[in-house]
Amino acid sequence: MDYVIEMLGIRKEFNGFVANDDITLQLAKGEIHALLGENGAGKSTLMNVLFGLYQPEAGEIRVNGQNVLITNPNKANDLGIGMVHQHFMLVDTFTVTENIVLGNEPKKFGTVNMKQAEQKVRELSEQYGLAVDPTAKIADISVGMQQRVEILKTLYRGAEILIFDEPTAVLTPQEIKELIQIMRALIKEGKSIILITHKLKEIMEVCDRVTVIRKGKGIGTVNVSETNPNHLASLMVGRDVTFTTEKADAVPEQNVLEIRGLSVNDSRGVQAVRDLDLNVRAGEIVGICGVDGNGQTELIEAITGLRKVSSGAVTLNGKNITSYKPRKVAESGVAHIPQDRHKHGLVLDYPIGVNMVLQTYYQKPFSKAGIMNYKEVYKKANTLIEEFDVRTPSETTLARALSGGNQQKAIIGREVDRDPDLLIAAQPTRGLDVGAIEFIHRRLIEQRDKGKAVLLLSFELDEIMNVSDRIAVIYEGQIVAVVDPKETTEQELGLLMAGSKKGAGERV
Amino acid sequence: MSKKWTVLAVPVISVLLGLLAGAIIMIASGNNPAAGYMALWNGAFGDSFYTGETLRQMTPYIFAGLAVAFAFRTGLFNIGVEGQLLVGWLASVWVGVAFVDLPKVIHLPLAISAGALAGALWGFIPGFLKARLRVHEVIVTIMMNYTALHVTNHFIRNVISDGSDATDVVNETASLRSPFLENITDFSSLHNGIYLAVIAAIIMWFMLEKTTLGYELRAVGYNQHASEYAGMNVNRNIILSMVISGAFAGIGGSMQGLGTFGNMFINSGFSGIGFDGIAVALLGGNTAIGVVLAALLFGALKVGSLNMPIESGVPNELVEIVIALIIFFVASSYMITWLLSRFKKKEAK
Repeated sequence: MDYVIEMLGIRKEFNGFVANDDITLQLAKGEIHALLGENGAGKSTLMNVLFGLYQPEAGEIRVNGQNVLITNPNKANDLGIGMVHQHFMLVDTFTVTENIVLGNEPKKFGTVNMKQAEQKVRELSEQYGLAVDPTAKIADISVGMQQRVEILKTLYRGAEILIFDEPTAVLTPQEIKELIQIMRALIKEGKSIILITHKLKEIMEVCDRVTVIRKGKGIGTVNVSETNPNHLASLMVGRDVTFTTEKADAVPEQNVLEIRGLSVNDSRGVQAVRDLDLNVRAGEIVGICGVDGNGQTELIEAITGLRKVSSGAVTLNGKNITSYKPRKVAESGVAHIPQDRHKHGLVLDYPIGVNMVLQTYYQKPFSKAGIMNYKEVYKKANTLIEEFDVRTPSETTLARALSGGNQQKAIIGREVDRDPDLLIAAQPTRGLDVGAIEFIHRRLIEQRDKGKAVLLLSFELDEIMNVSDRIAVIYEGQIVAVVDPKETTEQELGLLMAGSKKGAGERV
Repeated sequence: MSKKWTVLAVPVISVLLGLLAGAIIMIASGNNPAAGYMALWNGAFGDSFYTGETLRQMTPYIFAGLAVAFAFRTGLFNIGVEGQLLVGWLASVWVGVAFVDLPKVIHLPLAISAGALAGALWGFIPGFLKARLRVHEVIVTIMMNYTALHVTNHFIRNVISDGSDATDVVNETASLRSPFLENITDFSSLHNGIYLAVIAAIIMWFMLEKTTLGYELRAVGYNQHASEYAGMNVNRNIILSMVISGAFAGIGGSMQGLGTFGNMFINSGFSGIGFDGIAVALLGGNTAIGVVLAALLFGALKVGSLNMPIESGVPNELVEIVIALIIFFVASSYMITWLLSRFKKKEAK
């Protein structure tokens, strides 16, 4: 086989911590090669070595059979290696074209030749089937479009080998489909792709081969055609993993959350939730499923008091909590695992232990008469860190320094510990690996079994199907159907999510 | 551990770099840097009188530095310390002059509270505008500095006095002057304010690190979204932070009015203490103890520099340049560490 990239026996250490230990990855020409591993397994480190951001302590890198020394990202670019970052590196106020040519502008008499640049971008986007408007501003286009701009950026610089770092983490199911088509088109044009991911489904769908790493060590490379998701998961985690979360049938009791005729506007003042009805009973998990942007975020913000309600009522255990302030909502018995853990869930510059009392710091025993008792705070934190298996060097480590999965475990620990009647979990497993996902699903079901009401919002159909006891489909700000996960299919849900009422279950 | 070391090393190195650059300029202009710095040292700590003067100069610097640092720790940039200090100065002098026959235990705290209140009000306005209308506090506080300068001048000339250039001296019952401190420092102008400054530093540390209020204020400074999610009142905290910061600055003004000068006079320009407070806070790493140490340095430089032309013939202007250089290196080193940390953060992602 002809390899375009060979990373042989790569070793990288940080202050004695071995991030990569004797890892080998060989990328054949024209293949999509997955790099699979849990969060913190060393995937990003390995790719940063390839991209010239880190220098390896041992091992060699070959490009087209030639030994090379990649000392910085420019050198990687010159060798035809391009990286599509997970967190886009784009200037929001620039146009698509300006972003693509940035740092490599076609010049004419010392000024940027924008016409020529736009022409070039158009050509590239046609060649690879990456439909974008070259004159649109980044701030005005969707996340999926922004990702295309990132891809075009690497192509514009002549990349032959593209590294995709968790590309689907931020995309909607529809956008994921489009991305997969784009990747196939790239291969057809002779490019080779390394796909960093921990989503097994995607690997099975698009990849040719997969290299698995676990805790910094190379586990091996397998052909996708000769493996299955269960096998890959066990390679990645090092033990058997169950995908379908085991749970007993729900024994729902009285209504905990009742929403009647709720209408909410989004930040632009457009109605996002329209006359919505929903109820969640004690002892059941209700999953809200829908395409992103159909009012899910606004619904949850309205329940938790973060957004103003225009009309309608939210009652909790028979008590009207409509338009309560966030603190009153929390004190009434609602816990909330927020969608964006960095934006809402944590104060990243506070120690993880201090984050554990974000809503309860003003209560005893964490404070008394306005004076904090950090000893009690850290005592509580340590209990939760142990109970929820948060891997952190210590309780005083800044939340920023923890991996996404551990940050999420900490938030879940904090929210569950408040012993709420209603637990709202918004995309609780976003960006997490299978091990952490399994853990979080078990915790949600455990809460249900304790007789709590759980409202789950997720864009992952698998998660909705696996965990929920009832599925409420949201479309254009309304619950258009409530279905039983045992009696529905992904196809039916897909149709409902797209606004087709065919096959809809009973309306609540 | 290495982090703690840089926290200490960066300001020390930048001060040394500033002194070094100053030495080069002294050589280039034909002066003897050793003699110049010797004169600076003698002028700051040479005998008890100079030490007293240095400590006196340090007092308002501590308050100004605490004001900037407090706002900064809670995510706000208070450039308006100068103005808050001026209105605090005027308010406490006014109270100090207006009341006669009050016992000292009431009059002095009243005068200082008036200063704190005036500064707090001057901080409230930008805080309120930021919280309600999202007007950037830097712009408003800069504007409020000029307003403060002209408002205080107007009050001195037209309200408190009859067209005079200065107010009366505050009554003895509102004065911070201390015969004891004057005696042991060979009759320098050192006054009781130095005690208050140290107490204020302890209060700021306690408030930020030990109270629920500090927990909230810092959380809002770091992440408003998470604070709102957690049920904190973000707008109230923004206003409160500016009010407290302004109160520190206002008491800084009281130190001038009730201690150093005993009155207030027409200012043709800014006193500069509020602006130096920004440098003091940066050099002190926005911590209470750091502010106290940085204020000591700035006090020593300001007072000691007066001695440089007399003892070593280094012209006054050059002294100003040396001080400016130190501030420059402090500020740029701060920028460097800031850039470094930004860079590290990006890499970690």
